[in-house]
Amino acid sequence: MNIKSQKDFFSGLMFLIVGGVFAFGATSYSIGSAARMGPGYFPLLLGVILAILGAFVLFFSLVVERPDSDPVGKFAWAPILYVLGSNISFGIMLVGLPSIGLPSSGMIASIFVLTLIASKAGDKFVLREVLILATVLSVICYLAFIMLLKLQMPVWPVYITG
Amino acid sequence: MDLFSNLALGFSVAATPLNLVYCFIGCLLGTLIGVLPGVGPVATIAMLLPATYALPPVAALIMLAGIYYGAQYGGSTTAILVNLPGEASSVVTTIDGYQMARRGRAGPALAAAGLGSFFAGCVGTLILAAFAPPLTELAFKFGPAEYFSLMVLGLIGAVVLASGSLIKAIAMIILGLLMGLIGTDVNSGVARFSLDIPELTDGVGFVVIAMGVFGYGEIISNLSLPEDEREVFTSGVTGLFPTAEDFKNMIPAVLRGTALGSILGVLPGGGALLAAFAAYTVEKKTKLRPGEVPFGQGNIRGVAAPESANNAGAQTSFIPLLTLGIPPNAVMALMVGAMTIHNVQPGPQVMTSNPELFWGLIASMWLGNLMLIILNLPLIGMWIKLLTVPYRFLFPAIILFCAVGVYSTNNNSFDIWMVAVFGFIGYLFVKLGCEPQPLLLGFILGPMMEENLRRALLLSRGDWTVFVTRPLSGSLLFVALILLVVVLLPSVKSKREEAFVEE
Repeated sequence: MNIKSQKDFFSGLMFLIVGGVFAFGATSYSIGSAARMGPGYFPLLLGVILAILGAFVLFFSLVVERPDSDPVGKFAWAPILYVLGSNISFGIMLVGLPSIGLPSSGMIASIFVLTLIASKAGDKFVLREVLILATVLSVICYLAFIMLLKLQMPVWPVYITG
Repeated sequence: MDLFSNLALGFSVAATPLNLVYCFIGCLLGTLIGVLPGVGPVATIAMLLPATYALPPVAALIMLAGIYYGAQYGGSTTAILVNLPGEASSVVTTIDGYQMARRGRAGPALAAAGLGSFFAGCVGTLILAAFAPPLTELAFKFGPAEYFSLMVLGLIGAVVLASGSLIKAIAMIILGLLMGLIGTDVNSGVARFSLDIPELTDGVGFVVIAMGVFGYGEIISNLSLPEDEREVFTSGVTGLFPTAEDFKNMIPAVLRGTALGSILGVLPGGGALLAAFAAYTVEKKTKLRPGEVPFGQGNIRGVAAPESANNAGAQTSFIPLLTLGIPPNAVMALMVGAMTIHNVQPGPQVMTSNPELFWGLIASMWLGNLMLIILNLPLIGMWIKLLTVPYRFLFPAIILFCAVGVYSTNNNSFDIWMVAVFGFIGYLFVKLGCEPQPLLLGFILGPMMEENLRRALLLSRGDWTVFVTRPLSGSLLFVALILLVVVLLPSVKSKREEAFVEE
């Protein structure tokens, strides 16, 4: 059988699996009855409905004709990596990783790392521009978050300020 | 008349020069902080609450009301400019607002949001002053069965928001409901779907999902397109202000939105939110005038109606707070906190024991709305300048503000990891043609829905017919059913698809 709509095929599959996983997970909690619902009742109900809907989407993606195959297309791994990577590095830099003994490097250093990595995701990467952007953002963040809002976060690396 | 003497008392309290200054400062701070993506009204009020401790009670509450409106308006600004809803009720604004911005009409969109909100705010204030006690009675008529049915109606309404496949939109709602259930079950204390991660027992934060799915997902999918095909902005910005044609379209939408918002706002539990969704649904059901832009592609009514509804709802949601002492949402809960700090016990007695405060606060809400419009119309030009910043500078800044916003809501690095996970999920949704707006609504309503379903069935001893036999609940479900049938009807279906032909 041919897949008529790739997007629907895979989203149907996703709903089916996710619904199934939630429904299965719900069975490990007490279900109870309608009058006395346990913590598993509502999630089980929703999980089953989601799986059924997923099966419908999947079914239609195989039977309903359409002019193109509605392709999902290639995943843009580079932007995914840079955008999410910049976010994760920001977190690691800001709070450190206690499990491997990495101390916090503070907000300013984190902003530079985030901006550098994130900018790699764009089509043009000019180091000078990126550094200027990071500096501007650092000033804005310092003024807004530290001076004005007094957010509790380290500004400078702990290994420098002690 | 009572109403006018009361309002006069209120204005005599609120309109002192000092209180006006506090109101202005509140609006300004609220707007500036609320405009940062990832920082919604709740976070803004929580951050700025300590700044009001030193003030006298009336001044403090006036300033807080200013912050509230400012933050709400700031949230709409980011929704329109960068497609990031700062709070739940501006999710709807992203649909048409962002499209308008992309077509170079960010100015009219922002003006429509501002003017609509102002009008709705004025009406809401009058309603609040006139009908607070009788409207409270209405809220009492709502039992758990009615709430559940109302939410079903709200969710079905959200389906009409989705431009793609109906069944996928319903699936996204259910997925959202399931995600909302992650965390500790309030009735049994069992941590559900927490995968033994302690942080997950608190559930997943709204900000995390909104920033991940809307912010990061959108950025990644934008960056993956070649520069000339990118879904960002046209360089030609046409007009800062709505045209006469825009006004003609806007005015009925604002009126309808205001009416819906005023009624639904009274209900505790997401009234303003449901109002915004309902208003958009209603607009989408009304006929397009010749030459009007279809919904989902930047129709000004799609901005004006939900923004008015949301603001009118925000106004009337003070009714349960001031008359019953029940905070209808997180922002109001913070207001209760602020009131108790200043030795004011919210509840029915405020009106009689502290009339200056009660009417002063109501008058200050109107003043806050006025300040906001004075403050924001000139700022529109500045916000639009922001759009001329090249995307390669804009997107790292958005990522940064999202990351800081997410971190600062709980001061917890776990949320930063979670937002990365949801960023990937968001990109996956884009790739699979699943729209995230219904998911977000489901996510917010999930816990409330379960709670009311449980209560309703507990009271009926497990009898499911209670939802149809109670007249109010039954008619709400009936309306939901009609809505669903209407959407499914072949003739409407083809029109609906026609409207989204470009998607």
